[in-house]
This record gives sequence, C-alpha cells and structure tokens, in this order.
Amino acid sequence: MVHKPRNSLLTAGVNKYSRSQVVAKRVLYKRKPAGAVAVCPAAANKTVEVKGAKNGGSRVIAAAKAPRFYAAEDVALPKKNRKHAGVAKLRSTIVPGTVLILLAGRYRGKRVVFLKQLESGLLLVSGPFKVNGVPLKRVNQAYVIATSTKVELDASKIDAQLNDAYFARPKAAKKAATEEAFFEGEKKKEPLAENKVALQKATDKVILEAVNKVEHLRQYLSAKFSLSKGQAPHALQF
Amino acid sequence: LYAKGRVLGFKRAKRNQRPDISLVQIEGVKTAADTEFYLGKRVAFVYRAKREVNGSKIRCIWGRITRAHGGSGAVKARFRNNLPAKSFGASVRVMMYPS
Repeated sequence: MVHKPRNSLLTAGVNKYSRSQVVAKRVLYKRKPAGAVAVCPAAANKTVEVKGAKNGGSRVIAAAKAPRFYAAEDVALPKKNRKHAGVAKLRSTIVPGTVLILLAGRYRGKRVVFLKQLESGLLLVSGPFKVNGVPLKRVNQAYVIATSTKVELDASKIDAQLNDAYFARPKAAKKAATEEAFFEGEKKKEPLAENKVALQKATDKVILEAVNKVEHLRQYLSAKFSLSKGQAPHALQF
Repeated sequence: LYAKGRVLGFKRAKRNQRPDISLVQIEGVKTAADTEFYLGKRVAFVYRAKREVNGSKIRCIWGRITRAHGGSGAVKARFRNNLPAKSFGASVRVMMYPS
C-alpha cells in the first residue's frame, strides 16, 4: 500500500522520526487485522459424470473458464489514469442570487440568476423561466461573467432535490431502440416530466418574489447582453 | 458576444516568420496592460469554403490568446491548426470565455 511517507530526512543519516515514532504512526492498535474480513466461498470446481466406458467416468469442470483466445504476443495494457480534475473553486464574486451573463451555448447573452454550486463544480442557474426562457440549468463557471447585480436569495430555500443526479440523462432501453430508431430516423422529443415542471415553477416563484421587489430588475433579466460599437470587454465594469 | 480582432500576420523577425503563432490586434485594446483581460480567451477564425462539411459551408479554426505582443495592445494567439496566410487582415472573433 502506497501512501505519503511516514518519515522524512533532516540531513544525511538523521531522520525526523525515530524508529518507534514511525511505528506508532502506523496506528496498528486502531486497525483490524485483514484476516477478520469475511471471505466469500470461492466457486468450487464441478465434477461431472461422463458416460461411455472408455471416458474415465468423470470430468472436472473448472469454476473459471480458460479463455478461448490467447494473443500471439503479449499485449501491453495502458496504464490506469489516476488523475482527476478537482472541483472548480467558486469565484468570490459569485454568490447565491448573483446575476450571471451566459457566454456560450443556446442561451448565450442571457442574464440569469445563480442559485448554487453543485458537487460536480457546475453552477445551478435559472432564468427564471418566465422572464427569459432559461430553465433550471447547469452551467460551467468558465462560460459565465458575474455581474455586480444581486437578487436577494435565501440559499436554503433552494430545493435539495436539485443536484447532479437530477440532471442525469434517462437511460433509454438500448436493445429495443436501436433497430426501430435506425429505420424510423427521427427521435421523438418527450415533454418534460411533470415533477420537473413543478420544481421549476416552485424555484422560480422564490426568485421572482425577490426580483419583483427591485425596480427594473425583471426587465434587466429579460434583456440580453451584447456589445455595441466602441465597447470593449476589458474596459467594461461588470 | 465577442470582441472583434484582426489577424496581423505571423510571429516573425525581419526575414523569417514562424507560422505557428499569429499576431492579432483586438479592437479597442491599445496598451499591453489592457490585454491582460484577453489572455487565455478563445479565438475563432471563421471563414467560408465552397465544399460543404457537416452540413455547412462555414468553417472555423479555434485558438487561444497566449500573450501580449509589444506595448500597444497586439496579442499573440496560437491556433489548433496554423492560420492560412490568406487570413492576414481578416477578422477574428475573440470570445469572452473562459472567463
């Protein structure tokens, strides 16, 4: 088992921790011996009766079948990738209720309200739908500009149901679908599930309450962002 | 949703040029200090072609702005595939992402 080194070198020949200190670091008294783990019974080889006088009476069938095909030369296996990108840190300017400008994608240019950051690092965002047509949506932080405009939102009021699993694509029955879909060609778009529509309305209700309190904020959210002549992004104060 | 820029040419000395990096002048950017906002931003060179590819005659070469060039706001950009020399003086879109 590889983990971070328990000892370090101060100078040649002098370690930071003595032998007994390193042993104490292993914390053996807390760990249970590996043998205590229950071992599931390994599949046993079967012995089968065989007919015929000259066949020796019985055969042993191995529990694990030998592979049918052996490669002529050893095939190199690619090394397993142990690198995972960490979750992106939320910019300090982005706070629940901040109005964001979407820079790319179908809703580019729309001004949208930030709700919360999900476990995957993506930002959960809503138009609100009634105001500018943007539904509850996940968005990458890199494709967003944070404005200084904020909507007064209580972060705890956002439904806990809204997480990455909520946005996962439903797994269609693959086997049956492939042949039919190939011949039919067009995919039928299913209307959004009722509970999702209800959740959208409920979330937007909370946001709209806060939006309607501020003068012009609703119109601001329904207007699109664009650069006009002479405007340069680096000079703009968002 | 993008800033306009122009392709000035390849990175070059007087008599040799290096086509892997192109120089871009972004509208409205006049000093090297102003260019800091644009570093890392993605750039798109959009052009038209006669043959349709994937249902469109419009094609695009993507790249990123890597560093400033000189003190007057020009910028160096590296594209996925080098820009064709035909693009000198052509417009380029400097996107506002990654933000």
